[in-house]
Amino acid sequence: MTTPSIVIIGATSAIAEQISRLYAVQGAKIFLVGRNELKLDLIAKDLQIRGAVSVDILTADLADFKMHENIVEQSVKQLGDISHLYIAHGTLPDNEACEKDPLQAIVEINLNFNSVVSLLLHFAKQFQSQKHGNMIAISSVAGDRGRQSNYIYGAAKGGLSVFQQGLRNRLFADNVHVVTVKPGFVDTPMTAAFDKGLLWVSPQKVANLIVRGVDKKRNIIYVPGFWRLIMLVIIHIPEFIFKRLKL
Amino acid sequence: MHDFNYIGKVVKKNYYRSWGLIQKEDQLACVLSGDLEKDKQCYQANKKLLAYGCGSSYGDVCFNDDGLLLDSRKLDNFLDFEPQTGILRCQSGVTLRSINQLFVNKGWFLPVTPGTQNVTIGGAIANDVHGKNHHQAGSFGCHVRRLGLYRSREGCVECSQDENQDLFHATIAGLGLTGFIQWAEVQLKPIENPFIQTEKIVFSNLQDFETLSRDVDEAYEYTVAWIDSAAAVRNRGRGVYFCGNHANNTDQKIPSSKRIISIPCNAPTGLLNYPAVKSFNTFYYYMHKLTSKKKLVYYEPFFYPLDSVANWNRLYGKKGLFQYQCVVPLKAGIDLVEEMLSICSHYAQGSFLSVLKKFGDIQSPGMLSFPRQGYTLALDFRNLGQPTHNMFAELDKIVFSNNGALYPAKDARMSKEGFMQSFPKTENFLHHIDPMFSSNFLHRAILGEQH
Repeated sequence: MTTPSIVIIGATSAIAEQISRLYAVQGAKIFLVGRNELKLDLIAKDLQIRGAVSVDILTADLADFKMHENIVEQSVKQLGDISHLYIAHGTLPDNEACEKDPLQAIVEINLNFNSVVSLLLHFAKQFQSQKHGNMIAISSVAGDRGRQSNYIYGAAKGGLSVFQQGLRNRLFADNVHVVTVKPGFVDTPMTAAFDKGLLWVSPQKVANLIVRGVDKKRNIIYVPGFWRLIMLVIIHIPEFIFKRLKL
Repeated sequence: MHDFNYIGKVVKKNYYRSWGLIQKEDQLACVLSGDLEKDKQCYQANKKLLAYGCGSSYGDVCFNDDGLLLDSRKLDNFLDFEPQTGILRCQSGVTLRSINQLFVNKGWFLPVTPGTQNVTIGGAIANDVHGKNHHQAGSFGCHVRRLGLYRSREGCVECSQDENQDLFHATIAGLGLTGFIQWAEVQLKPIENPFIQTEKIVFSNLQDFETLSRDVDEAYEYTVAWIDSAAAVRNRGRGVYFCGNHANNTDQKIPSSKRIISIPCNAPTGLLNYPAVKSFNTFYYYMHKLTSKKKLVYYEPFFYPLDSVANWNRLYGKKGLFQYQCVVPLKAGIDLVEEMLSICSHYAQGSFLSVLKKFGDIQSPGMLSFPRQGYTLALDFRNLGQPTHNMFAELDKIVFSNNGALYPAKDARMSKEGFMQSFPKTENFLHHIDPMFSSNFLHRAILGEQH
């Protein structure tokens, strides 16, 4: 097996960090993109100790779309061929605040949807010329159906899932694999399931499932897998009933 | 919904527990991010603080009812490693499991390890944990080179044998009361492979244990004995000595990771009753008597047999369990251990797992360090309320009249008098407590405040 060469955008998020650790122990070359330079430095050193052959970092404000082309250039400069691109940045907006201030909603959608689309389109050119590779973006189960409690986030993630469907279709002929990851509830501090119930899993477990799914060339990965069933039920509730539910 | 978290936010949570499952107060907690700016509101919440790691201590050293827990488990980055010397620097929330997972295959091992891997580095230092190699390596604190401590007044302070030495000695075994350990530098030990050459020796009474211990402690780096605490009088003190050395050159293949069984919920209170404990112990004794004596095993089943049953503490039912771990000086004699076993059987409260080891004479730098030369006996009991406490009072008499000590990390009930007798350097230690830090254990056992 050749050395994996990984680009991780939003590298300081809990899931992204766990994913990069899994590649580090395989001796991968890793390129981390994020906003917080101190945290990136810390993670880079950690990944080297874990076994990464090389780790480089780039600090970037991902809401600045003009920088996206540069991110691709820097990635190629550091890694040459890219075997995996992970896009993991995002925010969980306060839905109520967004309802009061629509501009806030636009900011959230900009980051959770527009910036991801822009990055995927820029990277797609590179992958198309490579004729191989995996483009993975973290979407959410929230994108499968709009609910009053988080439909702004849901709309961004739903849009992303649809966008990736099209991209997957387009790049299939170029031997490029596009993966949509839909996590359920991820508990960031690693705790036993005391009060949180069985639906919560740790970022470590989520990362394991994602990397395994990507290796198996899955297209859409629900993590953990039971969310596929839950969402199957949820999307089949007729709208005239669904609109009455408090979800 | 990814990264849904409460990092940097102060929240009340009901899942902070210690291993004994006796205390169930909700705790105010805050997950540290490692980013000082973000964590400011945790450090400066105007509450008394206490670090929380994996909650593997048994009693209340990890609880802070009136204050705020600083959950350290997100501080899990390795900071530096020197492959020539084996010196590892990492954040305090890194667990022993993650160190093992990464380093055993690189030829390095923990210098000292307790019986579970579910312990953070911060917790290992604050409780100055010990292991099966105490007679040759001392406690965990003997292998800590430096540490970074957050103090409410001074901010971040570095401590080592050369710098802030007193604070260093107070922080090792300091039960988290001297400040928050942010990172530590530990000396790992070189190994050739992750396998252990083991031997088990069955003995039929404590005199045999005593005779055996002289030989095995010399021949083996790791030794510990299991005792059948529920045996009839004529069999009292029988048990099995488990010994091991790191194996040299073997072509054994690393086993694929075993499935972990998890106990999903509290068992009915009566499950581990006296007859059950008695028959389990008898079965366990004969099982080892009949099976092979020498064997090459992977490090995990040798060091951490109980880690393969997650949440085994729930087997003790919803009232939880106590562990009673004491150390008594060698000169008091092995008969003392026999006396303690007879008290257990008098109260018909056989301990499910009883462990006996001879601590060596290597001194820990920690002021409140528990391990010291002598016999250490650890007994697990289900919580039966008053009868259990009565038995502990009898055991206490034996321990303290012979200049022994109890182990805070396992304790949920010792008195202030017991603490003072166990730790003669307490007076000095008190000067190093950070005024913004506290724990339930501090109030109960060190200061002796009534609830």
